[in-house]
Amino acid sequence: MVAYVTRRLLLLIPMAIGMVVVTFGLLLLVPGDPAAVLLGPEASPEMIQNLRQSLGLDDPWYVRLGGYFWQLLHGDMGRSIFQSAPVSEIIAGRIGATIELAVVALLLSTLIGVTLGVVAAIRQGSIVDTVSMLLAQLGVSMPVYWLGLLLMMAFAVTLGWLPSIGRGTPMPEALWAAVTGRPQVLWDSITHILLPALALAANSAAIISRLVRTSMLEVLREDFVRTAYAKGLRRNRVVVRHALRNALLPVLSVIGLRFGALLGGAVLVEMIFAWPGLGQLTFSAVSQRDLPLIQGIVLTFALIFALVNLVVDLLYAAVDPRIRLG
Amino acid sequence: MRIPKPLRNPSLVVGGLIVLTLVSLAVFAPVLATHSVDLPDMRNRFSYPSAEHLLGTDNLGRDLWSRLIYGARISLSIGVISVTTAALIGTTVGLAAGYFGGWIDMLLMRITDVFLGFPAVVLTLAIVAVLGPGIVNISAAIIAVTWTEYARVVRATTLVLREQNYVQAARALGASWPRILFREILPNTLGPIVVLASLGLGTAVIIESAMSFLGFGLPPPTPTWGWTLSFGTRFIRDEPWLSIISGATIMITVLGFNLLGDGLRDILDPRQLSRVGANK
Repeated sequence: MVAYVTRRLLLLIPMAIGMVVVTFGLLLLVPGDPAAVLLGPEASPEMIQNLRQSLGLDDPWYVRLGGYFWQLLHGDMGRSIFQSAPVSEIIAGRIGATIELAVVALLLSTLIGVTLGVVAAIRQGSIVDTVSMLLAQLGVSMPVYWLGLLLMMAFAVTLGWLPSIGRGTPMPEALWAAVTGRPQVLWDSITHILLPALALAANSAAIISRLVRTSMLEVLREDFVRTAYAKGLRRNRVVVRHALRNALLPVLSVIGLRFGALLGGAVLVEMIFAWPGLGQLTFSAVSQRDLPLIQGIVLTFALIFALVNLVVDLLYAAVDPRIRLG
Repeated sequence: MRIPKPLRNPSLVVGGLIVLTLVSLAVFAPVLATHSVDLPDMRNRFSYPSAEHLLGTDNLGRDLWSRLIYGARISLSIGVISVTTAALIGTTVGLAAGYFGGWIDMLLMRITDVFLGFPAVVLTLAIVAVLGPGIVNISAAIIAVTWTEYARVVRATTLVLREQNYVQAARALGASWPRILFREILPNTLGPIVVLASLGLGTAVIIESAMSFLGFGLPPPTPTWGWTLSFGTRFIRDEPWLSIISGATIMITVLGFNLLGDGLRDILDPRQLSRVGANK
């Protein structure tokens, strides 16, 4: 296990270097002079020259790349061009909201996906199976922003059950408030996060459900499941204790990969539900072509995703000895 | 009468019909459009479907049927451009990595991992932000986030095929590596590639419409689906029809490509090699 963990951690290094290179490369893609593009047509030559200097654009690319690495190693992502603040500070103020949304969506999609998949598998060929898999096909095909709008229309506008936009108290604080005797704070946070998280979760829930169904169908045909039935165990016990535990293994690695899709989808969902996270920040940074901020955001998203995958891989290795020994 | 086997696969038939219909609508849009795409008609704003306006009208009274079939041209063009290029790049990388192995494989796969490590929507947005909008730039952004799937699947397939007896025989007979790669291995990877390409068209449509939904797609008056939907959301409280019909158009298109891809997988790829990288 130690060898596996070490190998997996070492793999992060080339990965992170590659990500920094790609993020840096974005700047090289800008057609023409980035400084002139950033300042717009009204800018005077002096202003452009000043910005070129502060962005270090007059140096050759390898010097700039080296400088970028050096900067990042010191936790410095540069300064935003339009908001007079360091990129890292701006991102730090937003990252919690996005992670909260993505984590809740991940939990929801796992819960919905596994339930649908198991139900479909144990009733293979029944109407339940058909309906679940039809739902899954729709869930895979539905654009996340459209589902968000439909949910908002149904549950916030028409029925008025849930708030349509915004975020309640951040979850950690809300949980603390609930523990200290103010459950209504937590309830408020939950009502705010429910719709955006559900919209975000649908796509992944659909993919997970299809995977769980396939995986369950395979496991249910195994000898040890037949043995369990032969021992006279009840069906629920066999399904949950014997089949599901084994069927979930391949699902675990996919759940990690889904986190990347959830982070990307969060950009769209945050726009619709006015969720104050990195997604909204991405939108405004892209609208203003605030390059240092865009670079910082892209890199942050990639690093979160890489860390989540690391955790999932380690979990996987902890559960499945074939991985850590193989 | 016996029904041919492919036609007994419901996914393939339904998906194929949806895709065929869409492609025909896009190709014949100039003939099928009943109204001008950008001529406003303020007396007829937000009308519901009627004989005059098959799918109703938008916030400026423009005919939605005509706008949506012209929008199909944009979505499908971007889809085809980006999927063919991504498949070409990914296949080349996958073939090289799988066949040559060693440090080439190592390097190419690390690069693939790096690109897979960025959430697709975020990287697309960033690339469109630096390049600016336009069919080519949006396609380039989609290519950057999708070529990796082909690379991984083709590599996995090549690794298996490389050890097959018929490939070994070709090598023993003195065939050169380009001949082995392109005559012996490539034809056998086409099945999974076609499956991925079909699913990839769905992904491309979703990403393209997301970009235009956010306002980073082709600029108005180009009738992109995403922008039509985005406009619909401004009036969603009172006039939900516009949002519903444009979103449904996107969903049905993606559904068509996904069903077609699933159906093709059942037929072309019974060992399900394309599962390796599908459904990102």
